[in-house]
Amino acid sequence: MAKYNLKINGKTRPVDVDPSTPLLWVLRDYLDMPGTKYGCGVGQCGACTVHLNGVAVRSCQLPASAVTGQEITTIEGLSAKGDHPVQQAWLEHDVAQCGYCQAGQIMSAASLLKMNPNPSDEDIEASMSGNICRCGTYLRIKEAIRTAAKK
Amino acid sequence: MENKKTTYNRRSFLKSSALAGGGLMLTFNWFSTAKAAEKMQELNLPEQWAELTGYIKITPDNVITILCPNPEFGQNVMTSLPMIIAEELDADWKNVVVEMGPHDNVKLGPQFTGGSNSVRMYWKPLREAGAAARYMLRQAAAQTWKVPLEEVTTKNGIIVHPGTMKAAKYGEFAQIAATLPVPKDLKLKDPKEFSIVRSSKKNVEGQKIVTGQPVFGLDYRVDGMLIAMIQHPPAFGMKLKSFDAAQTLKMPGIKEVFSLQLYKEGFEQGGFDTRTFNDLLVVVGKTTWEVMNARKKLKVQWEPVSDTKDTMSGRGGKREVIVPAGLESTDSQLQKMQEYAQKPAQLLRRDGDPEAAFKGAAQVIERTYTAPFLAHNCMEPMNFFAHVTPEKAVVAGPLQAPGWAEPTLSKLLDLPADKIEIQMTRMGGGFGRRAYAQYMYEAALISKKVNAPVKLIYTREDDMTYGIYRPMYTATYRAALDANKNLIAFHVKGGGIPEHPVHANRFPAGAVDNYLAEAWQIPSNITIGAFRAPRSNFNAAAEQSFLDEVAEAMGKDPIEMRLELLDRAAKNPVGKDNDYDAARYAEVLKLVREKSGWATTQDGKYSRGVAAYFCHNSYAAHVVDMVTRDGKPYVERVFSAVDCGVVVNPDAATNMVQGAVVDGIGNAFFGGLTHKDGVAQQSNFDKYRLIRHNEAPKQIDVHFVQNDIDPTGLGEPPFPPVFAAVANALYKNTGKRHYKQPFSNELPGKGDKQL
Ligand code: FES
Ligand code: FES
Repeated sequence: MAKYNLKINGKTRPVDVDPSTPLLWVLRDYLDMPGTKYGCGVGQCGACTVHLNGVAVRSCQLPASAVTGQEITTIEGLSAKGDHPVQQAWLEHDVAQCGYCQAGQIMSAASLLKMNPNPSDEDIEASMSGNICRCGTYLRIKEAIRTAAKK
Repeated sequence: MENKKTTYNRRSFLKSSALAGGGLMLTFNWFSTAKAAEKMQELNLPEQWAELTGYIKITPDNVITILCPNPEFGQNVMTSLPMIIAEELDADWKNVVVEMGPHDNVKLGPQFTGGSNSVRMYWKPLREAGAAARYMLRQAAAQTWKVPLEEVTTKNGIIVHPGTMKAAKYGEFAQIAATLPVPKDLKLKDPKEFSIVRSSKKNVEGQKIVTGQPVFGLDYRVDGMLIAMIQHPPAFGMKLKSFDAAQTLKMPGIKEVFSLQLYKEGFEQGGFDTRTFNDLLVVVGKTTWEVMNARKKLKVQWEPVSDTKDTMSGRGGKREVIVPAGLESTDSQLQKMQEYAQKPAQLLRRDGDPEAAFKGAAQVIERTYTAPFLAHNCMEPMNFFAHVTPEKAVVAGPLQAPGWAEPTLSKLLDLPADKIEIQMTRMGGGFGRRAYAQYMYEAALISKKVNAPVKLIYTREDDMTYGIYRPMYTATYRAALDANKNLIAFHVKGGGIPEHPVHANRFPAGAVDNYLAEAWQIPSNITIGAFRAPRSNFNAAAEQSFLDEVAEAMGKDPIEMRLELLDRAAKNPVGKDNDYDAARYAEVLKLVREKSGWATTQDGKYSRGVAAYFCHNSYAAHVVDMVTRDGKPYVERVFSAVDCGVVVNPDAATNMVQGAVVDGIGNAFFGGLTHKDGVAQQSNFDKYRLIRHNEAPKQIDVHFVQNDIDPTGLGEPPFPPVFAAVANALYKNTGKRHYKQPFSNELPGKGDKQL
């Protein structure tokens, strides 16, 4: 076990975990922040996407020891009131079906728009293809990203 | 329940009572007396439909709470079912608060999500409840205002008497309304008057989803909760022999390692109690990661199972089923299927004299289709919370049919049903998988053993390799044409491991004079279960690809050819038990023909394929437009036409159809679970390929047939024909017919690295 100070959603959160523990499980099991989802654990599905210094990363692939001191943002902290343009666009297009993948989709989309405020459809496809939606909401995800880009 | 003529003799009554603190609480009770056999056919409803009771609560401060009785797995029932009540209640949708109901089979009835049945099952009783509450509110106002009831109307949650210009919110009269008798046999709205139903409403859980609120089973936690995982055997046909947990127990956070049995010898399983592995090797610890790692340190000896006997009850009565021993491989399974296909099979339906017609035919077309096992791959892996004490059990998690699981849980825990509380969390997908509750039973048994609240978690690998797959299927279709290229005979002989796919009374049965349907099945220890539109998902793929080829041989346009057959089935049907309405079937084909501009050339930009199907009481047709990019075929756009009667929530319904289209394309191209010596060859998304954003169509236009028919299913019907529309477009694109799913195995780019 090792002690780390993680900077999550603007707050310092001390944790005492095995250094190999992926950020995903630190968030879910130690910090009671279950918004970040487990889908595959091998970096294939994107359900666990969070931001590390503003960039979308797979939290199931990042051990706690590797992220200490860096800025981590989760779905719970993407906006104070749940009104980030991407979240709003998601509601406007009523994207979700089961909703399980959507936190990860939203985090990927927010990161994309931060780096590329005006993405082409090809840009969207390229950067969103790491996020699986088993319910098949891809079309609406793309539309919502286009809408958010306009805001 | 495929027969369109089936009717329910429904009898419902309502009860009102005062809420604590004033206000109206309306409960509705519903009995159905549909014959057991009808119910069993496709709906898989329990033997006895319980009394169904739902709630509308209106408080004096005008909050209208509607309980959703059915579990939510993404089909959006938490929005659409309350909309139905709100419609007849004439409530202001903005003031409606929706809550997921508790599991209570006495009060809330079947509470079953599956079979595309939620809206269909609850449509009438929910309307009646809404209408009764509205009537009572009007009555309360009329009495108080001393005006004739007929002059009192409602608008958007406001009671009005135009003559005296009096108006009041529902909440103001809720308390008085609660004291009035409940009206019977109210006239329900004419569908033309609908203002909430048929207008798109946003998902009532949307905000929670986009902000990451803990709505899923995997998010459920209580203080002191432990995490449990099960080490399943590495292969179907294996079981636990012995284990050494010394290393595991030394790992941090680990509490206990033990083995326990799911069912004791001779345990009578319910109709949906399929099991894959009976001896559970369990690791319990403090956190997920610790348990995951410690589990890897187990030293386990596995051994082959012998033939095992399952005692089943439920559907079809008590019976014993022998599950064969053996380590199965996909290659040998395919070979076995070929052998069985040659043997005499079970006769399902026979019209005219098919043998003679084939003998005298000018041309016979024969094609064989195969499809692999499919894993459901719900985005949220199987998991369940359980806290079992000697007095009671609280379990919470994702489950499609809590009411079917409860009797088994009660037997396993030796607790009466009234000491069991099942909480229905939102499900991260279901697709049929979560109708099988073994993971809930496992969680409960583990909690009982360790005497603590426990969350059982399947890793993705556990989830994918556990079984309960869509069966492996094959079917050989034959068509006989006469010298004038008329279709004179049709023959389907289908089989599967361990279940056959054939729906003998489906189109084109009823449209061909000489018709033969036969089936066979091969037992297996690889477990299977319902998968989005069971059996139909393969039938439609095979049959609708075959019809495309037959149309070509007949020299006819594929839509025109189907319409001619449907015209025959409508006007002069062959046989009696045809389970589809030929006119409605034809209508979706005509609609998709019109909306896709089928007759136009599309500038040769697209390779087009069409397919249609009827299942779960609804009709769907798709036109798929394919393009080639980087040497590979992609579905670029899709036109869909669906007839599911009244569409309650159009935008959500559109989402559902779009999702079904994407799911169909994905499974047609990539879906498949194979085995070698009993070992699943795919255990995570690096090997099991799911369709991704860049592979999905860029446009899916969904059109609903506009009619006032009571709503029928939507979750499943649009899914099956997608496979065939893709296959038929692929033929246009590659010049080759594709008979083996998944199609990507035969296409360039096979084995492409995933992202
Ligand atoms: S859980 Fe991290 S990518 Fe799937
Ligand atoms: S909405 Fe269900 S997985 Fe994406």
